[in-house]
Amino acid sequence: MSPGHGHKSGFKWTRKHLLGLQDLSAEEIEHVMTTADSFKEVSTRSVKKVPALRGRVLVNTFFEDSTRTRTSFSLAASRLSADVIDFSEKTSSTSKGETLIDTARNIEAMGIDIIVLRHPAAGAAETVSRHVNCSVVNAGDGAHEHPTQGLLDLYTIRERFGKVAGLKVAVVGDIVNSRVARSNIWALTKMGAEVILVGPPTLLPRTFERFGVRVVHDFDQVIGQVDVINMLRVQFERIKSSQFPSVREFTRFFGLTSDRFNRCKKDVFIMHPGPMNRGIEISSKIADGPQSGILTQVTNGLAVRMAVLYLVTQAQSQVA
Amino acid sequence: MRNHYDQSDVQYILNELAAKVAAAFDPNQPLNIIGIRTRGETIAQRLTTLLKSRGFKNIGRGVLDVTLYRDDLSEIGPAPLAGPTEISVPLDGIPLLLVDDVLFTGRSVRSALDALVDFGRPAVIRLAVLVDRGGRELPIAADYVGITLPHVPRDARVNVHLVETDGIDEIVVEPKEAR
Repeated sequence: MSPGHGHKSGFKWTRKHLLGLQDLSAEEIEHVMTTADSFKEVSTRSVKKVPALRGRVLVNTFFEDSTRTRTSFSLAASRLSADVIDFSEKTSSTSKGETLIDTARNIEAMGIDIIVLRHPAAGAAETVSRHVNCSVVNAGDGAHEHPTQGLLDLYTIRERFGKVAGLKVAVVGDIVNSRVARSNIWALTKMGAEVILVGPPTLLPRTFERFGVRVVHDFDQVIGQVDVINMLRVQFERIKSSQFPSVREFTRFFGLTSDRFNRCKKDVFIMHPGPMNRGIEISSKIADGPQSGILTQVTNGLAVRMAVLYLVTQAQSQVA
Repeated sequence: MRNHYDQSDVQYILNELAAKVAAAFDPNQPLNIIGIRTRGETIAQRLTTLLKSRGFKNIGRGVLDVTLYRDDLSEIGPAPLAGPTEISVPLDGIPLLLVDDVLFTGRSVRSALDALVDFGRPAVIRLAVLVDRGGRELPIAADYVGITLPHVPRDARVNVHLVETDGIDEIVVEPKEAR
């Protein structure tokens, strides 16, 4: 059988890095979705492991705290039979003043195949990718992008509705500080969904309209029209106090309360990238309710990250 | 050597293959038939239909995608699209017939054997292929063969086309210069 068997189209994935979704074509995004379908099946087996990345090494390089993203990447790599190393900023030489690029090149010199990078500076992953030969996967760079989150949100919506095009998706909260919001905007608009951003003017400037999305400052104005509500986390550690109303005020105007939920479409789908501030941006009853996709997002994140790791690694052999 | 086998040839070859398989298994006992995606799966479907008409009552079905088990993954890039494997029937203790379209180097079959181990422990695993074109790189042999094409040059290509995936039933041997 020829190596290309099983291809549904002539499309070839050629990116050895995943830095953001802004540059990806709709075809590339769809390819990740299709690939993730196959990897989702792997997680349902009794032996939840395939040898696709056997002998490869992935390093999680996190300069910011993370629970689920780091764990999800580690587990995704394990299920592909890759080895995983965790690089922690607090115990590393970055505290001795080593630059990010030096750190990355030193890590690569140990024979690493994939660097998964989370960093507080926007563009950090892109910068590193220009100085190393291995693959770089952006796991969040400042307020710029969090591409695997955008992909897994898209995957979860696609799975729930069987399509993405034509859906109305509200992304609600602290948009200006959110990389999740930006990656969601790219993924959803490219696949034909209508994106409605909702938040106070201080956290959602009108300039976002240039991305081809609607900007709304009154949640109640759109609540009955949308198919999906993606509630963002209130990022207490990132906001400047003057941008942000009081927590009570935020909850009153932008929180997903039971009262607001009752005015939603009957089949509305509720999402949240986590970690949740229960009772602030989302009420516990809704987060744990039957229309919540929050834990499904986590489950799907694994399949999507397996797909991404598989694709970028395979692209190495042809680019390098 | 013929370079083309048409619809009636394919029909005849498939019937021959079904007869060999039918003679080897007990129609009253369970048998799992697992096709290797993509054309092995189509042939598995056809074989199942033919075996049922020969009185086999208890056939379990599944599809195996071996992409993630290939030993040449690191060399062939870009990433071939990995399809889902669909095996929901229990494999333990039941005979399993693995089905592929063309047996050449044996590497796909090796990948399939690796993958099957992750799903269970069949009583026996047998291999049925529509075409055996020789050229093995591993110690693997088919148990049931539709047609053997022993003199195909290594750099030629043997393409099995089936109505379900290609709109036509045929086997085409493409010499190197034709590509």
